[in-house]
Amino acid sequence: MSEIVTQEGVIAWLRAFAAAVAENRAYLTDLDAAIGDADHGSNMDRGMKAVVGKLDGLDEPGGAGEPCQPSRGGIGALLKTVGMTLVSTVGGAAGPLYGTLFLQMGSAAGEAAELSPAQWAAVLEAGVKGVQARGKAELEDKTMVDALLPAAEALNASSSGLSLADALRRAAEAAERGMKATIPLVARKGRASYLGERSAGHQDPGATSSWLLMEAAAEALALDAPLDRPGT
Amino acid sequence: MKKLINRPEDAVKEELEGIAAAHADRLRVHTGLNYIVRADAPVRGKVAIVSGGGSGHEPMHGGFVGMGMLDAACPGEVFTSPTPDQMLDAAKAVNGGAGVLSIVKNYTGDVMNFEMAAELARGEGIEVEQVVIDDDVAVKDSLYTAGRRGVGATVLAEKICGAAAEQRRPLPDVAGVCRKVNANARSMGMALTSCTVPMAGKPTFELGADEMEIGIGIHGEPGRERRKLAPAHEIVEALATAVVEDLPFSCGDEVLAFVNGMGGTPLMELYVVYNELHKLLEGRGIAITRNLIGSYITSLDMAGCSITLLRLDDELTALWDAPVNTTGLRWGV
Repeated sequence: MSEIVTQEGVIAWLRAFAAAVAENRAYLTDLDAAIGDADHGSNMDRGMKAVVGKLDGLDEPGGAGEPCQPSRGGIGALLKTVGMTLVSTVGGAAGPLYGTLFLQMGSAAGEAAELSPAQWAAVLEAGVKGVQARGKAELEDKTMVDALLPAAEALNASSSGLSLADALRRAAEAAERGMKATIPLVARKGRASYLGERSAGHQDPGATSSWLLMEAAAEALALDAPLDRPGT
Repeated sequence: MKKLINRPEDAVKEELEGIAAAHADRLRVHTGLNYIVRADAPVRGKVAIVSGGGSGHEPMHGGFVGMGMLDAACPGEVFTSPTPDQMLDAAKAVNGGAGVLSIVKNYTGDVMNFEMAAELARGEGIEVEQVVIDDDVAVKDSLYTAGRRGVGATVLAEKICGAAAEQRRPLPDVAGVCRKVNANARSMGMALTSCTVPMAGKPTFELGADEMEIGIGIHGEPGRERRKLAPAHEIVEALATAVVEDLPFSCGDEVLAFVNGMGGTPLMELYVVYNELHKLLEGRGIAITRNLIGSYITSLDMAGCSITLLRLDDELTALWDAPVNTTGLRWGV
């Protein structure tokens, strides 16, 4: 386990998220069918598959993923590429929202090849602020912000006192609590808001995919090497 | 799921290839980034009108590309907003130097994607105005929702703004006409059945054999209220009363009445609906001076209808009557 966030760790995180989205594609779409338009799973899966395609390019010999090569543009450039890929492949509301999350994280990460846990917490916070600005959503509007904002706060609070892995675990747990807390809420943003009171009693699909994102971070971001590499 | 498709994930691409094969005389279809432009684009000196949204609402928007209506349409995946890079490319392909008007239906995804596209286009020196259509009275407009949805008025706005652009009116004028249409139009829809999104493979919601959904949107999102099935005159009364009282439309008004099918309803039933609407409005002293009856803004295979009323004045009537030559609407040519 690494105590710093590396580019390899970020790549492992993104691959783990793509795998989780693929695995939960039908689940996310079912949640969306209840209060939205039944496409969140397929849209996110299409976007993350495109992201994985870009990562595969990076992993080729001489690419930024080679440990012996100096990184090209660092974590920031990597996250921006992810953001632009999602913006151009996901569509719907999730495209600009997840796209903005990664674009803003990329801007905050800058050219660094490695980030301390506290720096990573600041990067996530910048991304979540971007999501809120794009979607104009606050806590308890029954959106992805309900999972992301508590996760970012938990990471911030624990990034100095705990190991990176433990801090990421705390963040994932906060995201899970936030996701579950969307169940009784009446939606105030997005298509679910058209249902009024009938949106209560359903878990928000965007908060669910955001929990998967934080869960993937807890599983993979602190690894020294990508999950699918020998020697892990 | 029973559908005339090959693989669900290829349906939109193959639809666009079909449109390209059928209408090469009037349209150019860009596959890859997925957008449809009129064959003579860009038209020099004319405001270009770009719209877009998820697929599954055909003929909207691709069927409305052509002389007198849209310059470009950007279809997304089924019920999913198109993306900013797609909209930017479409805007560049049709910009004739007089700027671009984007007509956007008020859905969170559409609005955010079009906003990002406008930021990109302005960065490349293209003048862009956006008008958001939000005519659905079924949705309560408040600070606590995403606002009213854009539905039937979109079709009317695209036709009327297209005519204004053909008159070589400048961008602020054409955008003003669009806002005027939106301000004077109200809609409400209902469903007898759910629709089935190809990638989902099953109906988006379940409706009992004796139930209907009032206040439905155009994406299979359930409405606000489920009721026992009722005869057409009761359904029309529920929809039309909500529409009339919202604006409100009043005695002496002249209106365009648009009875729209949701995709799975026969024209026979739409005329039954129109007949009830005609009687109801006559009783309130509201004169239908123009009408449009058919399936123009659909929700895949959903059975049901929506009613849109647009209050007309001389300007809007003349623009409605102006020639249009698209695959979905065609007259005066």
